[in-house]
Amino acid sequence: MNYTFQFGVAFAQLPELLKGAIVTFELGLLTFWGASLIGLLGASLKTFGGPVLRGVANAYVIFFTNTPALIQIYFLYFGLPEFGIRWENFTCVLIGLTLNAGGYMTEIMRAGFLSVHKTEMEAAETLGMSLLQQIRFVIVPHIAKTIYPALANFFIVILVMGTSIGAVIGIDELTGTAINISTENYRWIEMFVVVAGIYVVVTFVASLSLALFGRWAFRVKAKVF
Amino acid sequence: MHHLEVRNLASAYGPLKVLEDVSLTLAKGEVMALIGPSGSGKSTVLRVLMGLTRPVSGTVLIDGEAIDYGKPASIRAARDRMAIVFQQYNLFQNMDVMRNVTIAPVKIKGRVRAEVEKEAARLLEKVGLADKHRAYPEQLSGGQQQRVAIARALALKPEILLLDEVTSALDPELVNEVLDTVRALAAEGMTMLIVSHEMAFVREVASKVVMMDKGQVIEEGPPKQIFDAPRTERAREFVSKILRH
Amino acid sequence: MERIIQQIPRFFAPGHVSLLLDAASTTLALTIIGCVSGFLLAFLIVLLRQTPGLWALPLRLLGIAYVEIFRRIPFLVVTYLVLFFIQAFASNASLFTIAVVAICIYATAYTAEIIRGGFESVARQQVEAATVMNFSRWHTLTSIIIPQSWPVILPPAVAFAVGFIKDTALVSQVGVFELTFRGKELNNEGFSGILVFGTIALIYFAISYPLSRLGAWLEIRLASSRSQKPRERLRAA
Repeated sequence: MNYTFQFGVAFAQLPELLKGAIVTFELGLLTFWGASLIGLLGASLKTFGGPVLRGVANAYVIFFTNTPALIQIYFLYFGLPEFGIRWENFTCVLIGLTLNAGGYMTEIMRAGFLSVHKTEMEAAETLGMSLLQQIRFVIVPHIAKTIYPALANFFIVILVMGTSIGAVIGIDELTGTAINISTENYRWIEMFVVVAGIYVVVTFVASLSLALFGRWAFRVKAKVF
Repeated sequence: MHHLEVRNLASAYGPLKVLEDVSLTLAKGEVMALIGPSGSGKSTVLRVLMGLTRPVSGTVLIDGEAIDYGKPASIRAARDRMAIVFQQYNLFQNMDVMRNVTIAPVKIKGRVRAEVEKEAARLLEKVGLADKHRAYPEQLSGGQQQRVAIARALALKPEILLLDEVTSALDPELVNEVLDTVRALAAEGMTMLIVSHEMAFVREVASKVVMMDKGQVIEEGPPKQIFDAPRTERAREFVSKILRH
Repeated sequence: MERIIQQIPRFFAPGHVSLLLDAASTTLALTIIGCVSGFLLAFLIVLLRQTPGLWALPLRLLGIAYVEIFRRIPFLVVTYLVLFFIQAFASNASLFTIAVVAICIYATAYTAEIIRGGFESVARQQVEAATVMNFSRWHTLTSIIIPQSWPVILPPAVAFAVGFIKDTALVSQVGVFELTFRGKELNNEGFSGILVFGTIALIYFAISYPLSRLGAWLEIRLASSRSQKPRERLRAA
């Protein structure tokens, strides 16, 4: 009970921590876009593919959403070198997280696909739209509007839950930077309280901007709280 | 002394005035009907009486004793003397009929279960549902649910029963079974305040009719006067509208 | 590849198998104890958040702040915070306890939102009917709100716990002897990373997949038991 807090020490490291926060943001953004592409592909296969392709997409989703992202990353980091494939830490985390998030993203996108009703397509056709126009003016806006809240929410999940995993194999994102500094100055509690605060602020700003953007672009009410 | 007296009641929803200067008196054993177009504030009167909507001003007295709607204890005392039946019956979906009727007397009033159940069985028989003790609300028709709701209200032994458009949510063929139950209660001398759209029924069962419009009482009197010789212009207009139907 | 095949008999020696089974049960125990206690605490948070009256404003804010803050901090950071706080102020807690506390704190924040959603799904009229019969807040909660909302609350709460089995992998970082930790240990002993983490992944899968199917089944069952209730048609007055 005789611990004295020294938050000054932690605040002095703010510039380093903010550098870490930028890495967190980069990693989150890259993962999100990669996972979106996988999700788009996976959802297309599950919706329009034949039995074989559907099976492949299903197996991918089931496997990657039922095993820990950390184990998937360890597999790439500790396992692949045995086949002579040696990636940088950042690459391992990025690919591992992207594959993991891609599984969840497939399900989100598929829900969007399923929400397009046949009648809307027929209505678009009777208006004399070509297939490309139908996709451009009917399908994409509809899907975007339907899945936007889920996407916005998932982006925050990746930003928070996902990227901090990088710390485990030594990526200097926000959590990793905090670990590095703490091992030198031993102010673990103060450092992690400050880091927790940064996460709260960063994700809050991200949620708020995503909600405002969604309202402006798709007129959806994404919840901030 | 009046059994129930409402003096200059006013209520508002934000800036919107829902009730304005409403005054009513009800004697023991009397059946009073509140009628008027939708949105005229009839149901709000009942909600205010039961403490679900806070009045802005005005006084409600039972046997000359004022209810203080700012004090939870006073509201609880009022709810011990009045019971309400809702338009949507509002039976507890997670309880069977018997439990719906007995839960408040047993759990809230702390009465002996066996005794309450015997009474409940009698009440359910009275509303024609003696064979439905173990049914859940979802298994009953709207008319049956509404009769259970009436039995549930009676199990509380209220001095005054408030009925809020109890037949409005029912399919036409189910209206009469509920009205019969209310008729029987009136014949027994139950003091009731009824909000209803069933004009023929109101005419038959009510001793006094109060017509409301835009949150105000526009005319009150015996049914004969209100329906056959309304004195105010607005009342005439409303009566001619409903009689055309 | 040859090296992996060579290692297989040694890797699946009885000692290792029982070690991994032990580790798997630790993973499962962490999840169950953490999530169940978190679920119970979440009820408290929701009750705090729904206490009416001006005097309870700080309580409501506390409830909101708790949920909003802990849903925005990575689980790994929460785990480290719990570790360092407990070590600084109550030094003799086991690592298992520390991990359970971290999971509990996290699960509380997430399931509180699930419970709140469930409570809000109960029709306002049901609560009004209880109010006019002088039900206390406690009686309304225990007799009406909880019995009516648990079919809405249970499926996502189970889904959260099942999903969290995988997230518990992160507590290997503070040295709890669960699956991921044992995997790293075996890998350090020289066993192939492919073999070790492939096996560990399969064990997680064997736990997570059946439970997630069970959760999906539960959701469908409870959903159908609810939708069977015919809603009385509302006639225009």
